[in-house]
Amino acid sequence: MTEATPLWEVFIRPRNGLAHKHCGSLHAADEVLALNAARDVYTRRGEGVSIWVVPSAAITASDPDQAAENFEPTADKIYRHPTFYEIPEDVGHM
Amino acid sequence: MYSQGLIGADSTTEETPEFLARFQARIDAEEKIEPNDAMPEGYRRTLVRQIGQHAHSEIVGMLPEGNWITRAPSLKRKAALLAKVQDEGGHGLYLYAAAETLGVSREEMTEELHAGKAKYSSIFNYPTLSWADIGTIGWLVDGAAIMNQIPLCRCSFGPYARAMIRVCKEESFHQRQGYEIVMTLARGTPAQREMAQDALNRWWWPSLMMFGPHDADSEHSDQSMAWKIKRFSNDELRQKFIDATVPQAEFLGLSVPDEDLKWNEEKNGYDHGEIDWSEFWRVVKGGGQMNVDRIRDRKAAWDNGAWVREAARAHAAKRATRKQAAE
Ligand SMILES: [Fe+2]
Ligand SMILES: [Fe+2]
Repeated sequence: MTEATPLWEVFIRPRNGLAHKHCGSLHAADEVLALNAARDVYTRRGEGVSIWVVPSAAITASDPDQAAENFEPTADKIYRHPTFYEIPEDVGHM
Repeated sequence: MYSQGLIGADSTTEETPEFLARFQARIDAEEKIEPNDAMPEGYRRTLVRQIGQHAHSEIVGMLPEGNWITRAPSLKRKAALLAKVQDEGGHGLYLYAAAETLGVSREEMTEELHAGKAKYSSIFNYPTLSWADIGTIGWLVDGAAIMNQIPLCRCSFGPYARAMIRVCKEESFHQRQGYEIVMTLARGTPAQREMAQDALNRWWWPSLMMFGPHDADSEHSDQSMAWKIKRFSNDELRQKFIDATVPQAEFLGLSVPDEDLKWNEEKNGYDHGEIDWSEFWRVVKGGGQMNVDRIRDRKAAWDNGAWVREAARAHAAKRATRKQAAE
């Protein structure tokens, strides 16, 4: 089997004022080549003004099997939302 | 972004009836499946095969067109063709990356292609004989690819769907630049017109074959529809393509090489002649004019590029050591 080149995740900032957003992955031997390849592959039509490349191996992801216990409890904590509180209309916008 | 952890990992799931029912319920609810989610082995295998074939098609598809870059008739056409072929390389990369999220490596997929174990679209086993072929490929071959790819933007597997959205955005330029080439020829000298007609004659039927066998003879169709990997059947997509393309040929004053082609008012679409399926299967099984050349060229590109990959890795290792020493 051929030796694999490391995998990188690519994040692009579409324009200043917006956050970098994940747009895909690529293989490259190091960060310099990863940036070059990301420019060639993911910004051919003015998609961005800034690129981040991150080694995929550096990402720790939450376990999808634990999605229920991780994220479902927020659904019943309705008191975290502004609409939970009754303020008379006379008070005006709040 | 999950593949590093998944390559070679044990991804087996216990496929109890309850598990399968729960999975199907998620699909039916139009939920997207993401790489780390539990999925039936068949779903994973189908996607690895399909996305892999799709990726190989993008890469092998660079060869017939790359053949004409140095012979494009003007700087404008050359720049456009170069940009198109570069896009196809990008499409291959998005797709390999999507397949890798399922636990297979790009190197493994490449080795399967070179060993003749993985397929790619048979359309690329036809030769590009004249400049008119480049226009016709953009118009018909990219046109057929777009028909296939638009429903894939809603595929149940998240990474594949996301890759397809990017690909579709880029494809429309491919089809338009192709049609413009054919239009220029069709409005040119009699000889140029003849070139355009000759290219249409050769590419029409193979383009129809790109949608695959008739629904009744299509091996993986039903399950793929149930899993929402596929949204339309082969014949449905082929019909859409014919209905969209015939008027475009008429506009150019070119004739579609099918004597049985006829508007059917009742079904609001065209009836067409029977496809030569023996040719289809012959080319799929390796008997096309260019099958041998395409794999030979891909292997050569891979082998001749090996020193670049090795040098890049050696350089990266050297820099890493130096950096460590400095810390
Ligand atoms: Fe493409
Ligand atoms: Fe294309």
